[in-house]
Amino acid sequence: MSVSVQQADFDIGAEIDALMAGRGDIGAVATFTGLVRDMNEGSGVTAMTLEHYPGMTEAALADIVEQAKARWDILAVRVIHRVGTLRPADRIVLVVVAGAHRGEAFAACEFIMDYLKTRAPFWKREDTPAGSRWVDARESDDSAAARWQQD
Amino acid sequence: MTMKIKVLYFAALREALGSSGETVELPEGATTLAGVRAVIAGRGGAWTALAQMKNLRAAVNQRMADPDDAVTDGDEVAFFPPVTGG
Repeated sequence: MSVSVQQADFDIGAEIDALMAGRGDIGAVATFTGLVRDMNEGSGVTAMTLEHYPGMTEAALADIVEQAKARWDILAVRVIHRVGTLRPADRIVLVVVAGAHRGEAFAACEFIMDYLKTRAPFWKREDTPAGSRWVDARESDDSAAARWQQD
Repeated sequence: MTMKIKVLYFAALREALGSSGETVELPEGATTLAGVRAVIAGRGGAWTALAQMKNLRAAVNQRMADPDDAVTDGDEVAFFPPVTGG
C-alpha cells in the first residue's frame, strides 16, 4: 500500500528500506517530513489535532500519487499522513519518492506535498495558551500547487 | 420523485453547525451542489453558516466538486473549509 492515513508514528528509515526491498534499479530517494512546530501565527502551540475525511482522504492521496507517476519517471512512492492529536516536534507527514535519478525524485516529492496541502481533506486544529483554533489555509499553498499546473 | 442524499460536515463547519452529518431529502429542483447548499442554509439559525463561511469547499462522492456539479439520489456530499493538512 503506497498511501496510509494513521494515528501511529512512522520510521523514515524503515519506510525507505521497505520501498527499496528486492530492487536494484533505484538510484535516488527523496523524502519530505512535515513536523509539528511549537509556534504558529505568533502564539505558542502545545498540541495539534488533525481531522480528516475517511475514505476521501485515502482516495485523494492515491490520486495525487498517480498524477506524480504519470508526470515523472519514478519507481516507487510512499505517503503517510498522521491524524489525531500530536505534540510539537511530532512527525505529521512523510513522502518518499524513489527514482533512477534525483531530478525526478525531488520534483515528484515536492509536487506530491504541494498537491497534498491543497487537495487532501485534512484539517488542523491547534491548542494555544489562548485556547484552541482551526488553522487557516494559506494562499502561499495555493500558489505552490498552481505552479505545477499544465495547460 | 424526492432525492435522498447523505451530507457530511467537517472541521470548523462541523462545529458551527453542531453536526457531523445527516440524511437530507432534497426538494424538487435542487439538483446541484449549490442547490444543496442553499437548501440546507435556508433552514436558518446555525445552518446559515453554510452560506456564510468563506471559501467553503465541497465534495461529491468523495471527489472535490464545483458548485455547478450535479447531485443525484444516493450521493454522498461533503462541505468543509479549505484543507490544511501536511
